[in-house]
Amino acid sequence: MAIDPKLAEDLKSQGVHVTSFESLINWGRASSLWPLQFGLACCAIEMIAATMAKYDMARFGAEVFRPSPRQADLMIVAGTVTKKMAPQVVRLYNQMAEPKYVIAMGACAISGGPFKDGYNVLKGIDRFIPVDVSIPGCPPRPEALLHGLITLREQIAKEKLLGRTRARHADPNAGAELPVPTFGPHDLEPTFNPDLWNPPAITRHASES
Amino acid sequence: MMPDLAAILSRVQTALPAAALALRRNPGPAGQDSLLVAPADLVAVCRFLRDTPELAFDLLSNVTGVDWPDPATADAVAVPAEATAPAACGFLEVVYHLYSTPRRVGPLVLRARTADRAAAVQLPSVVAVYRSAEFQEREIYDLFGVIFTGHPDLRRILMWDEFLDHPLRKDYVAPDDYQYEPTPHDAVLEKAKLHYPAKAES
Repeated sequence: MAIDPKLAEDLKSQGVHVTSFESLINWGRASSLWPLQFGLACCAIEMIAATMAKYDMARFGAEVFRPSPRQADLMIVAGTVTKKMAPQVVRLYNQMAEPKYVIAMGACAISGGPFKDGYNVLKGIDRFIPVDVSIPGCPPRPEALLHGLITLREQIAKEKLLGRTRARHADPNAGAELPVPTFGPHDLEPTFNPDLWNPPAITRHASES
Repeated sequence: MMPDLAAILSRVQTALPAAALALRRNPGPAGQDSLLVAPADLVAVCRFLRDTPELAFDLLSNVTGVDWPDPATADAVAVPAEATAPAACGFLEVVYHLYSTPRRVGPLVLRARTADRAAAVQLPSVVAVYRSAEFQEREIYDLFGVIFTGHPDLRRILMWDEFLDHPLRKDYVAPDDYQYEPTPHDAVLEKAKLHYPAKAES
């Protein structure tokens, strides 16, 4: 439902706000993201710094870190996800109430980072949970986390609640829970969730390079 | 201050004549000589080193493991002081670093070797003498597969309980989950190539 912006501006000057239900809800959601309080490695230290007075994440309505996934909207995966930790991260994600968002903070959470060659490091949390915003860096500075948060707010503001392109949490047919990987004798089983992530098609050939 | 290994060795041999110990030289820059202890005598030797007032090695600072698939390499690193017959097969080695806090001496390096790398990987646990060995022996069990007999709680500590491998062994093969590499090179390139599609016939 498009509103003539000029008309909306005229009405605003008269003290009348005209908006859509959708933007009102998205405005509320984007302005009070409650992150889940957990950190996995050194990125968590930068996340803590971002909440402190110098960077003050409270300016963006995201300072209420909740110790329970039931009360959280935003999961900041801050740090290296080991394979031993990955099932617990997926389980925490499953326990969060919709709508829920994920920020993958730092090189490790995105791809395994400097520990990618390790036998016990998950090569990106996006193999198991859907990631909305990835923040590169090792670790990212608090400003980068704030930028990621603002990016997420912009994404939430554009979310559709109805129609074919609606957000996942507005889709009654979307699955409620993600499968939690189990500990296998050599590796996690499965090693990734094929509904969320698949190895990108590689155009190089074995004879090249 | 580094301990006088020869004096300690003769003192241990006087007190425990049945114990099998040997001095091992380290020709490298670190120059840390060590005592190779037979597994059966390890706990008795540790107890003697801790309880003798003139030695008083009261702190077990570090326990670590080494995998030696080739015993000749092990003898090149920890050179036997007297000519001895080399080990017949590869083995796992556990290295203990002892310190004496009242005498400010250390580290005293002890080595103990398992019989082989497959079946006879038992070593006696020193937890009864040094409580600080508990978690470190669990870690060595987890990553090297040395079974410490007499350990009060021998479980994996880093990997999950269902895990079967021992990742720090030389012959460990990491799971192949390199489905995608943006800029592969060297060993990672070799792994990534296994996931490349076969070249299309044209």
